[in-house]
Amino acid sequence: MSDLTRLTAAELAATIAAGDVSAVEVAQAHLDRIAAVDERVHAFLHVDTEGALAAARDVDTRRAAGEELGPLAGVPIAVKDVLATKGVPTTAASRILEGWRPPYDATIVERLRAAGTVMLGKTNMDEFAMGSSTEYSAYGATNNPWDLGRIPGGSGGGSAAAIAAYEAPLAIGTDTGGSIRQPGAVTGTVGAKPTYGGTSRYGLIAFSSSLDTPGPCARNVQDAALLHSVIAGHDPRDSTSIPQAVPDVVAAARLGANGDLTGVKVGLVSEFNGEGAEPGVMAAFRDAVEALTKLGAEVVEISCPHFQYALPAYYLIAPSEASSNLARFDGVRFGLRTGDDGKHSLEEVMSLTREAGFGPEVKRRIILGTYALSSGYYDAYYGQAQKVRTLITRDFTSAFEQVDVLVSPTTPFVAFPFGSRTSDPYQMYLADLFTIPTNLYGGPAISVPCGLSEGLPVGLQIMAPTMADDRMYRVAAALESTVGVLTPPAL
Amino acid sequence: MTTTVLPPYDDVVARYEPVIGLETHVELGTKTKMFCGCPTEFGAEPNTQVCPVCLGLPGALPVPNRAAIEATIRIGLALNCSIAEWCRFARKNYFYPDMPKNFQTSQYDEPLCVDGYLDVEVDGEMVRVEIERVHLEEDTGKTLHVGGATGRIHGATESLVDYNRAGIPLVEIVTKPIPGTGAKAPLVARAYVTELRDVIRSLNVSDVRMEQGSMRCDVNTSLTPAGQTEWGTRTETKNVNSLRSVERAVRAEMIRQASLLDVGTRIFQETRHFQEDTGDTRAGRSKEEATDYRYFPEPDLVPMAPDAAWVAELKAALPEAPRLHRKRLQEQWDLTDQDMQSVVNAGAVELIEATIAAGATAAGARKWWLGELARRANEEGIELSTVGATPAQVAELQQLVDEGKLNDKLARAVLEGVVAGEGSPREIMTARGLEVVSDTGALTAAVDDAIAANPDVAAKIRDGKVAAAGALVGAVMKTTRGQADAKTVRELILSRLGVEG
Ligand SMILES: [Zn+2]
Repeated sequence: MSDLTRLTAAELAATIAAGDVSAVEVAQAHLDRIAAVDERVHAFLHVDTEGALAAARDVDTRRAAGEELGPLAGVPIAVKDVLATKGVPTTAASRILEGWRPPYDATIVERLRAAGTVMLGKTNMDEFAMGSSTEYSAYGATNNPWDLGRIPGGSGGGSAAAIAAYEAPLAIGTDTGGSIRQPGAVTGTVGAKPTYGGTSRYGLIAFSSSLDTPGPCARNVQDAALLHSVIAGHDPRDSTSIPQAVPDVVAAARLGANGDLTGVKVGLVSEFNGEGAEPGVMAAFRDAVEALTKLGAEVVEISCPHFQYALPAYYLIAPSEASSNLARFDGVRFGLRTGDDGKHSLEEVMSLTREAGFGPEVKRRIILGTYALSSGYYDAYYGQAQKVRTLITRDFTSAFEQVDVLVSPTTPFVAFPFGSRTSDPYQMYLADLFTIPTNLYGGPAISVPCGLSEGLPVGLQIMAPTMADDRMYRVAAALESTVGVLTPPAL
Repeated sequence: MTTTVLPPYDDVVARYEPVIGLETHVELGTKTKMFCGCPTEFGAEPNTQVCPVCLGLPGALPVPNRAAIEATIRIGLALNCSIAEWCRFARKNYFYPDMPKNFQTSQYDEPLCVDGYLDVEVDGEMVRVEIERVHLEEDTGKTLHVGGATGRIHGATESLVDYNRAGIPLVEIVTKPIPGTGAKAPLVARAYVTELRDVIRSLNVSDVRMEQGSMRCDVNTSLTPAGQTEWGTRTETKNVNSLRSVERAVRAEMIRQASLLDVGTRIFQETRHFQEDTGDTRAGRSKEEATDYRYFPEPDLVPMAPDAAWVAELKAALPEAPRLHRKRLQEQWDLTDQDMQSVVNAGAVELIEATIAAGATAAGARKWWLGELARRANEEGIELSTVGATPAQVAELQQLVDEGKLNDKLARAVLEGVVAGEGSPREIMTARGLEVVSDTGALTAAVDDAIAANPDVAAKIRDGKVAAAGALVGAVMKTTRGQADAKTVRELILSRLGVEG
C-alpha cells in the first residue's frame, strides 16, 4: 500500500470516503514513509504517531457511523512548528522553546482538526521563521528531496520538503517574506500565501505581526485550494482577520484546470526583468509566460517602480516587529530558563536565557529591529520603511487597475548548496527579492512549478489583489495543466 | 547621612512658584480584561484569572474590549475632551517580569481623548485644570520580591509573580502642567484628584478606590524661583495612595526642592516614591537609566475609529457633572457653602441623596450621616460608605424618630445595633425593647412618683419656676430607662402640678 503516499489529497479523501481504504491505513502509510526517509530529509522536528493514529481512527469511526465527512477528512497533514498545537511540542525551531507544549491550539490547527485532517507532526523551519534555507533551525537543516546536499528553501523548508518527499500530501506553512512560496519553488511544490487577514494568525508564533500569513503547501494546485478553503475565513480571536467571505478558490482552481485563460490579463513586472536572477530561472520563467499566452492570457509589461525598495523596507519593518514580539521569551513563564541557580538576579536570568536560547540570525534581527525603533532613529528607519510600504501598495493598486494578476519568478535562484549563502546575510536575504513586495502590500500570491533549471525546480509566482485569492488559483491551475506536476528523483 | 534643615512652607511659597501636573491611572470595572475574556474580580487566588492572551503565551493575540473603549470615551467626554476620529494602540517596550509580553499595549501619540479640562473648587475659588490626554492601556501583573533588603527586584532571592491583574483595562488621565496656584498647589492637586474620582464614579465605570489600587496617582512637581519665567526641573512622585497623600506629597516635594535650590543644588529629573509613614519622598533607583520605550503602532490591532454618532449618543447620555449635581443638591437641601463642604468632605453626598430617596428629610439624613456615622467612620479610619449602615436603614431610623417611637438617645442605641448588623431599625427597636414609653397611664404614675419624691422641686414649679421641671424630667427619664419622650414627660409634669407650659 506504499503508493498511498503518491495520491493527491483529493484522491485520498475520496478513497477514504468511499471506504476503499481506512484513514488509519493512510496515516500508517505516511508514518512508514516518514520512518523510511526522514532521517535523510529531516523535514520533521516532531512526529506525533499516537495523535495521528487517534485522529485517523476517529475519522474511520465517524465514517462508519454514517457521518458526513469534510473534503479533507482522513488526509494526513504536516504543520510548520511555528503554530501552537495543544499538548504537542511547539518550538519555532528555537532552543528557547525546547520542550514547550502549548495549552491551546492555533485557530488553523483547530480548523484542521475539525475538518478531520490527520496531523502527522511538526515540520522544521528557520528559527522563528527567520531565513530562506532552514539552515538557521536550532535543530539542524532540512535537506531538499531533489538533492540532499541543497537547501529546501525557508523558512518553511520542512513543510515543503515533507510533501516533496511524499511524507505528507499537505502541509501548513507561514509566509512573512516568502517563507511558503520560496520553499515551494525550490522543492517543485505549490505554496500559497493567502491575503493577509484571510487566514487567522491566532496561535501563530509571531515573527512580524503585520506580515505573517499562514497558508497551504501541496503537490498540486487543486490540493492547495482545498486546504486553503479549510483554513481560511474570519477569526474573531485575530483582530486583523478580515470579516469577509473567502473567495471560492476551489472553484477557481477547477476552472483554471480547463487550461483556458482567455480574457485574463497578466502583468510582467518590468523591474523584475532578470537582474540578479539566474539565467536558467529566467529561461524557465519566460517559457512559462509563453505558455500562459498560449492558454489565451494577454500578457503586458507593468512598471512597479517602488518594488526595488521592498527588500530594505522589509528588513526594517519585520525585524522591528520581531524585536518586540520576541521580547516575551524571557524564561519567566515558559520554555528555556538559564542561570536560575540562586546566584543570578531575575534580570540576569532573563538575559542569560535569551543569550543561550536565541540563535545568531534571530539575535541579528532583534538588534536590527531594536535599533530601527530607537528614539532618534525611528523616523529615519521604521517610519521611512512604512512610507515605502505605502508606495509599494500604490504600485500594486495601480497595476491591478490594468491587469488581473502579476507574475514573476518566485525566487532568483534554484535550491543552492548548504553553506553557500550563510556567510553573507544579504546573499540569503536576496532569496526573497521577488516575494517580499506582496507581503508589504498584503495581497495573495502563489508559487507554482514552471519547469527545471540544471535539473532543479523553478517556481512561477502569481500575485493577485487583496481578497482576490481565487484569481491566482485559476492562473496557477491553468499553468499546471500544461507544465504538469514535477516529480523529484527517488530517495 | 546628612540632615538638611527644611525651610518652612510659607517661606517656600514666598520664594518659589510651583508647577504641578498629575498622571492618574484608573482601573476600569469591566467584567473582562482589556484584550481577553478573563474575569477581573479583585482578590482572587494568584494566577487563577489568566489565559494564553494575558499570559503572553507564544501565538496568542489581543482582541479589544468594546466596553473598555466605551468607558474611556465617556471619561474623555466627561472631562470635556475631543474624541479622536481615528487612533491606534501602541506598544511600549521594556522588560519587566510582571509584564507578560515584555511590552505594554498602550497608546502613544494617538490617544483616544485629547484637550479637555476639569473645573475644581479650592477654598471657594474655581481652578480650571487642563487635561492633555486620556488614553487606554492594559495593566501589568504584580511581582513580590522575596528576600533582599529593599523588597525590590535588586537583591531579591526569589520573585513571585501574579498575573491576575495583567491585562485589566487601565485608563491614564494626564493633566497639562498647572502653574500659578502658589501656596494652594497641594490643595489644588488634592481637589483635582477628588473631583476626578467623583466624575469617574458618577460614570459608573470604575470603583476608583485608591486604597485598593484601582485609582493610582503620580504627581509631578517643579519650582520656579520667584521672578523667573523658565520652569524648573520636575520630579515625578509615585506611590501616592490616598487623597491626603496627594496633598502631602506635593507639599513635601515643594519643601524638599526648595531646600536644594536654596543652596544652589540642581534638581534631577527623577522618579521618587512617597513615604506614607514619614510623609516625605525618596529617590527611586539611584542611577535611573533613561528608558527608551521604542513605541510603535501595535500591529496586532486595527485602528480605532469611534463612530461620530455613537460618540454623540454617549455624550448625550452622560450624567450631570458632580460639581453641578452638588450645586443643585445644595440648593435642594438648603445648605450653606460651608455645610455643603462638610458633606462633601465626609463623602456623604450620595449617601444622603439615597437616604432622602428612601423617605427621609434632608435635615434628618444629614444629621445621621454627618453625626454619629461620620464619627464612627473617622474613629475606625474607614470610608463612610462602608460604616455598616445603609441609606434605607438610616431613613427608617429617622422615620421612627419622626413617628415619636424613638427619641434621640434611643435612636442612637438602635443605630448601634444597625451598625453591629443586628437587623433593621424597627427589628432592633422591638428586639431590644427600645420603644418610647407613650402609654400615659404608666407615665403619669412615674411622674406622680417623681413629684412625691421631690416635694421641694414640685413646690418651686407650682410657684412658677417652670425651669425647675428639668430635674423632675430627669428623674422620670431615669425610672423609665430613657424610654419616655422628654417633651411628653415635661408636659405631663406641668399639667399634674397645674402649671401652664
Ligand atoms: Zn486572559
